[in-house]
Parts: sequence; structure tokens; C-alpha cells
Amino acid sequence: MALEVSAQASAPIPLDVAFRVAPGELLALVGHSGSGKTTLLRMIAGLWTPTQARVAVNGKTWLDTRARVNLAPHRRRVGLVFQNYALFPHMSAAQNVMAAMDKPDPAEAGRILDLVNLKDLGARHPAQLSGGQQQRVAVARALARRPQALLLDEPFSAVDRATREKLYAEIIALRAHLNMPVVLVTHDVNEAQLLADRMLVIESGRVLSQGTVAEVMADATALRAMGIRELAALLPATVAEHLPDGLTRLDTPSGPLFLPRVASPPGTRVRVRIMAHEVIVARTRPEGLSAQNILAGTVAQIVPGQGPAVMVHITVGAHEIIARITRRAAGQLALRPGDPVHAIVKSMSVARDHVTPAGATIGD
Amino acid sequence: MDWTALELSLRLAGWTVAILLPVSILFGRFLAFRQFRGKALVEALVMLPLVLPPTVLGFYLLVTFGRNSPIGQLWQDVFGSQLVFSFTGLVIASVIFNLPFAIQPAQRGFQAIPAELREAASCCGMSPLRALWQVELPLAWPGVVTAMVLTFAHTLGEFGIVLMVGGSIPGETRTIAISIYDRVQAFDTDSAAIMSAVLVAISVTTIAVTFALSARVGRRLS
Repeated sequence: MALEVSAQASAPIPLDVAFRVAPGELLALVGHSGSGKTTLLRMIAGLWTPTQARVAVNGKTWLDTRARVNLAPHRRRVGLVFQNYALFPHMSAAQNVMAAMDKPDPAEAGRILDLVNLKDLGARHPAQLSGGQQQRVAVARALARRPQALLLDEPFSAVDRATREKLYAEIIALRAHLNMPVVLVTHDVNEAQLLADRMLVIESGRVLSQGTVAEVMADATALRAMGIRELAALLPATVAEHLPDGLTRLDTPSGPLFLPRVASPPGTRVRVRIMAHEVIVARTRPEGLSAQNILAGTVAQIVPGQGPAVMVHITVGAHEIIARITRRAAGQLALRPGDPVHAIVKSMSVARDHVTPAGATIGD
Repeated sequence: MDWTALELSLRLAGWTVAILLPVSILFGRFLAFRQFRGKALVEALVMLPLVLPPTVLGFYLLVTFGRNSPIGQLWQDVFGSQLVFSFTGLVIASVIFNLPFAIQPAQRGFQAIPAELREAASCCGMSPLRALWQVELPLAWPGVVTAMVLTFAHTLGEFGIVLMVGGSIPGETRTIAISIYDRVQAFDTDSAAIMSAVLVAISVTTIAVTFALSARVGRRLS
């Protein structure tokens, strides 16, 4: 049930893109506003048709400009979550969900609302719901369509940060129930890295880089487009204990990690996004240092950057942390692949929304 | 008080609304959502009866529907009666004259629907017809109702065009507005006053009802 997309257009924006999303896989289309990512999503849904394009889902062609096939949006089994949700204001949450069903079924609507943690709010109208709740209704409505492709257009951009953290966790949990290809459009690299299996970086309608999140994160072109300061590694960890001083201790294969209070309860497997420019590298285990997290590892490779920085990939247990340090520092330490080093991460350098439950993503 | 005239006026207004309701929805929606060459011209044509003096429009309709015109002759041949100075002719004239009142508010009502909601409807698998019924009409209906109320009230009060196309045949074309004029001509001011008061009452009621309904919708959607 893969989703296959290719598109070429010159207006209204130049476009030259091709990608494939496997069933159950989440692909993040990452790019700045105006890069064409939302236009692509609209094309998959049938709301826009470029000069030359093909969209096929599960072997069924939705759009093929050469063969003059172009199914109307309502004939495509597509679930689209709009950036501002586009809920029907005159309908209750449950009615919104039922509006996307072939045969409206209140019991089924209740089940889907339950899936997005909105069981008791089915009778409310969108105006009576918070932003986060509206987003959940929009997701429920998209799922009620029984889509063969689920499309999310910046679904977290209209809510505050605290709500966003909760919604990330919910989407990750929800993915266990999804077996269709999912495309997430976002400009937020953190979001893409935490939620996606694969990433596609798009700029001015062209693919700069696509691959697994790790591959894209190691791609200099992609990093230049996303902003080098977005370079980060994902470290899996397990929540061990919430400490009375407001920190949470997490266990990683290479030692404990102390972070500001994490929302998940002890025992939860999480992924921690560690920003490369926040990591300090030391030859010997430092003492008398305020930083709480010192992870022992070995240098895997050193990738030179364009400016004064180099990217030091450090193997920590079975995973990798990336440190973006100056070329000068790397020279002073005389770092070479295979060298034992320590990666130092300040607790306070890890933002709360950079920690999410690991969930059931592919490749975990 | 000329009850026959009041009944005739209500009947004329009822028919006009009944015919213009689907026209208002379909054409108002069409003008709201479709872009095409010459759209401005079509919109201007629809608005024309608003600025044209009723007597002028009435004159042209009289000429178009008259016994010597092809349309009038065809009507005569098919139905065996003439179109002018008949209730049917009055209904046709009234429909044409009320086009701007019926279409404009409905068009505004449809235009007020965010494009995203219509896209959401189609992404929810709704066919255009189902989207019209489940999403567009529930959101645009204040516009449609306004259109129909305006049409209704306007038909009750129309004078010039009725006089030109229909004359003043009791029970056939003498509407309440014509009747009021007749009463005044006959120095029967009392009857004219009563009938005028009745018209005022009907107009105030219809406007009040529309405003109340719109306010309720506004509260629900805000």
C-alpha cells in the first residue's frame, strides 16, 4: 500500500520531486515556507494539479497527467489534516468525524475519538474546543475516511509548545494503529527528526536530500538548507526516575542522563534529541564541571564543515552523538577516528520538546 | 381592505420565492466559486434590474411578452392565453426583477465560506452535491434566507413593473401595492392606510425574523 509520488511543474512554483512512502512509514517533508511542501501535499490530495505528475497509492493511480487520469479529491481515499484543521464549525466533534465516513456510524466515531483521547468531547463544537483538541478532531476526521494515505500539513504549528509536546506523544502512540503511508509537512526539523522514519528536504520545489533521518542528518546539503544549527542526534533512553530537584534521570546504554523533568513516567522508552552545537568533547573524563551528563564513547568519524566547524560523530553504546566543535578544538585535541572521548551534554541544553516517547516507529 | 389584492400579492411573492430559491442557490454558488471570462459582465447584468427604473424594465418586458412579440405569440399558441396582463406574466416579470435580490446575498453567503472548508469537505469524501448539502448550505444559509426575505418583501411592494406588465385586473394582476394606489386615486384614504399598515407589518416581521436567525447563526459559529 505504498504511496508513490512524482511531480514536475513550472507554475505557480517550480517543482521537481519524486518519492515513495511505504505502508506504516512516516515521511517528513521538511522545508522553509514557500519551498513547495504544502503544494505537494495538496497535489496528493487532489486539490492541485501540476503540469506533469503521477500519484499512485497501493498500485491504484490517483493522478497521471500523461494518461489523463485525475481523480477528484472525494474519489481519493485520502486523510488530510489541514494546518488550521478546517473543522466544520456547524458540526460537533463527532459529526465532524462522521462527515468523513461513507456510512456515518456514531459508535465508530466514538471509537476513533477515543483513539485520539477525545472520548467525552464528541458533542462539543469546534469553537468550544482548545487548539490541541481541535487538532485531535482533525486527525480523527482524517482517520474516519479510512485513508490509504494520511497527510498532515503542519499539524502542530497552531498550538502552543506544551500542547505540541503532548500531541507529539499522541501521534507517536497513534502510529501503532496506522498501517498506511503517512506524510508530514513541517518546517520544524525537531518535529521531523522526532516523528519521522524518513525525511525529504525540499527547497524551491527541488529535493535536496532524502533518506532515513540519520542519513539526512549526515548530509551536508540538507543541513545547509535546514540550518546547520539543526544538526542533532537521537539518543534512545529509558526514563528511570523523577528526582525531587526537578530533574529526571534517564538510563542509556552508556550511563545515566540527567535532563529537566520529562513528561513520561518511569519505564517509558524515549528518544532524546541532542543538538550537535551543545555537545562538548573531552579527551579525559573532566572533573569539577557543572555539566551533569558525561557519556563515554569513541570517535566514529570527523566530518569537516564549510566554516570553522567540524562534526565529530561519537559512538556511544550502539548509537551516535554528534558534536559540532571548532576545527581548532579538534586540532588541539588531535581527534582521530577510534579515539576514546567523552561527550558532555548540559542538562539544560535539552529542551523539553526534544524528548518524546520512542513509540512504535519503523526502525526502532 | 382589499383582501383579494393581499392574497394575490402573497401568492405572487410565494411563487417568486419558490422559483428563485434554487436559482439563488445554484447561481449564487456558481458566481461565488467559479472564475471565468466575462464574470464581471454577468454580475453586472444580474445587478441591472437594481438600477433600472421599474417602469423601464416593465416597458421592455411588456414589449417582449406582448402579443406582437415572438415570445408572446409562442405563448399564445401553446397556452391559448396571453402572457401580458396575466398572473403568469407577472410571476415571470417578478422573477426577472428580483434576480439581484435573490442572487447577490446568496453569492455573498457562499463567498464567506473559507475555501479550506470546501477542500476539507471533498477530502472527507463528500461529492459536490453532498458537500453542498452538508457543508455549504448550513454555512451559507443566512445569505440564502436574506435573499429570499428580500425577494419576498420586495415583490409585495413592487409597483411600477406590475402596473406596466400586469395592469390592474382584480384577482389577476391587482396586487396590494396597486390596490393602495387605486384607493388613493378614489380618495379612499382609510383603506389605503389599512393596507399600507398591513404591508409595513409584514415587512417589519420578515426583516426581524431574518435578523434574529442571522444572529443565532452568528452565535453558533463564533
